[in-house]
Amino acid sequence: MGKNLVGNHIRKLRFNHNEMTQQQLADKAGVTRQTIVALEKGNYSPSLELAFRIAHAFNLPLEEVFFYEGGQT
Amino acid sequence: MTYQEKKSIVTLISAIIIFVSYCAYMYLQYPEDGLEPAEAFRYWGSFVLTLTLVSIIAHILISIMFNIVFRMTTGEKEPAFADELDKLIDLKANRNSFFVFILGFLLAMGSLAANQPSQVMFVILIASGFISDVTGSVTKLYHYRRGV
Repeated sequence: MGKNLVGNHIRKLRFNHNEMTQQQLADKAGVTRQTIVALEKGNYSPSLELAFRIAHAFNLPLEEVFFYEGGQT
Repeated sequence: MTYQEKKSIVTLISAIIIFVSYCAYMYLQYPEDGLEPAEAFRYWGSFVLTLTLVSIIAHILISIMFNIVFRMTTGEKEPAFADELDKLIDLKANRNSFFVFILGFLLAMGSLAANQPSQVMFVILIASGFISDVTGSVTKLYHYRRGV
């Protein structure tokens, strides 16, 4: 299992959006709460589609929710 | 601990209990002076079929009971669908599970090639089926806890 190179600000963004719960975000993004937990822990890199759905749930562009930790390629 | 982690643990423990209990029960039914070659195929055939049926029914019942207990203890509803993470973990679990079963299958064929009795082949096949089931559950638990 390699290190996930896609980081995110989901936890901070949830807090800034009226302390949205993991379940509420999961419902908006169409996934289970387990997946939000895994994303916040950095244990899972989402598909591009899910990344867009989560960004859409926060009404933010993708790059304000997710970032690449691998440096320049 | 999340629903999926708890469910993986329950599935793992129930698979072990079902298999061990069934084998212990069937061991007592096995004739002390062995089986005739023709009778041996019938015995092992019914062993595998009954084990499959018992496992399916027991897993369904345990899954229903687990969901009821989960709802009562946490006040949450179990997820009604499998999302992309669940599907990815399922794929990895199935891959590992099949790999183990194929190894067991080849070992079972090897036992026949080495002139071992057919009983050895059936024992290896059944054991590899059980170990592959356990491998699938352990893989799921590992990925739900440690990530993908």
